[in-house]
Amino acid sequence: MGAQLRVVRRRIRSVQATKKITKAMELIAASRIIKAQNRLNATRPYAIELSRAVTAAASNSVSIADHPLLAAQKRQERAAIVVVTADRGLAGAYSSNAIREAQALSNLLQEEGYEVVPYVVGRKGEGWFRFRGRAIARSWTGISDQPTYESASEIADAVLERFLQPTEEGGADQIHIVSTNFKNMVSQEVRVRRILPLEVVEEQEEAGQELTALYDFEPSADAVLDALLPRYVRTVIYTALLASAASEHAARRRAMKAATDNADELIKTLTRQANQARQAEITQEISEIVGGSDALSSVTAGSE
Amino acid sequence: MTLQVQLVAADRSVWSGEATMVIARTLDGDLGILTGHVPVLGELADGVVLIKTTDGEVVSAAVHGGFISVENDTVSLLAEVAELSNEIDVDRARAALERASSGGEGDESLSAAQSRAETRLRATEAHP
Repeated sequence: MGAQLRVVRRRIRSVQATKKITKAMELIAASRIIKAQNRLNATRPYAIELSRAVTAAASNSVSIADHPLLAAQKRQERAAIVVVTADRGLAGAYSSNAIREAQALSNLLQEEGYEVVPYVVGRKGEGWFRFRGRAIARSWTGISDQPTYESASEIADAVLERFLQPTEEGGADQIHIVSTNFKNMVSQEVRVRRILPLEVVEEQEEAGQELTALYDFEPSADAVLDALLPRYVRTVIYTALLASAASEHAARRRAMKAATDNADELIKTLTRQANQARQAEITQEISEIVGGSDALSSVTAGSE
Repeated sequence: MTLQVQLVAADRSVWSGEATMVIARTLDGDLGILTGHVPVLGELADGVVLIKTTDGEVVSAAVHGGFISVENDTVSLLAEVAELSNEIDVDRARAALERASSGGEGDESLSAAQSRAETRLRATEAHP
C-alpha cells in the first residue's frame, strides 16, 4: 500500500471514531433537554402561585414603599451580577454568549458609575474570570447540569445577604442575573434581569378575576410579605437556573449535531481522496508493468 | 360546593384536587378551611397538612416552610418542600430523627433536621 493511501485511511478511521462520540453526545443532550424542560415546567405552578401571593400581600401591606427588598437604596454605588454559565464545554457559544452579555451589562453599569461585583455559576464562567485575573465575589460549580432548589436557595441567600449589607460595608445596591432563556428547542436567548430591588410584576390577570381580594393575613401582611419576598427571589433564581440548564443541553445538542455533520462531510471527502490515491497507485503500477514489458520486448527484439 | 385544593412544592406539583376541608398549621395556630372561608394569606409553620377529599379520604402531607392562600373556595398551599405521607420513607425519617437528636445541643442545622424528621413522622401517623 502506498504511503499516501495509508495516511488517508488512518484519518478516515480517526474521524469515524470522533463522529461516534459526537453522535452519542448529541443523543444524550437531546434526551436531557426533555428532562430539563419537564423540570422547568414543574416549577411553574409554584412560581405562579407565589407571585400571586406576593402581589396580594404587597397590595395590602402598609410598609411597601420602604421595604428593604423593594425600595431602591438612596446611595447607588455597587451592583452585583450573577452570570449563569455551563460547567462543561462543547456546547457551542452557550457560555460565551452569557459572558458577553454580562460584560456588556457590567460596562454599562460602570459607565453609570457603579462598581461591579460578579457572582458566577458554572466552571466555564469561573475559568473565564480567573484567566483574566478578575475578582469573583463567589462562584458555584457542579450545579449547572441539574440545578436543585437547594443550590438556587444558596445563591439567593448569598446575594440577599450582599444586598442587605449597608453600602459602606461592601453591600450591593442592585442585583442582576444574566441567564439563558429557553424559548424552544431551536432558539434560546440570553436574558438580563434585575432581581433586586424587586419589581413586583403583576402577572396578567385573567379577565374578570379580581386579585385584590380583601385578605386576612396570618400573622400580618407585613410579616407574610417579609417571608414571601426572599422565597420569591429564590424562585426567580431557580427558574433562571433551570431555563439555563435546558438551554445548555439544547446548545450542546446543536453543537454536537454540527460536529457530526462535519465529520460526515469530512469522511466523504477523505474517502474520495483515498479512492483517488488507490486508483493512482493502480494506474502507476500498470504503467510500470507496461513500461517494463515494453522495455523487455524491445531488448529481446534488438538482440535477435 | 367543594374546595379546589392544590399543594405545590418549589420543584413540582404535589397534589391537587377537590376537597371538603383543609387543615393546616400557620404560625398563629391551626387553621381549618371549609367552603366559603374568607380570603386568607398565611405563613405556614413546619407541620402536617390534612386534606379531606370529596371521596372521604384523608391526604396528609409534611410541609416545611410555606404559605397558604384561600380565595373563592380555592386553596393554594405553597411549600419549599412538601411530601405526601405515602412518599415518606418512615425508616429513613426515624433514622434521621435519631441521628439529629443524638447530636449536640444547640446545633442549628441538626435541630432543623430534627424538626423536619419529626414533621415527616407526624404526617405518616396522621394517616390511617
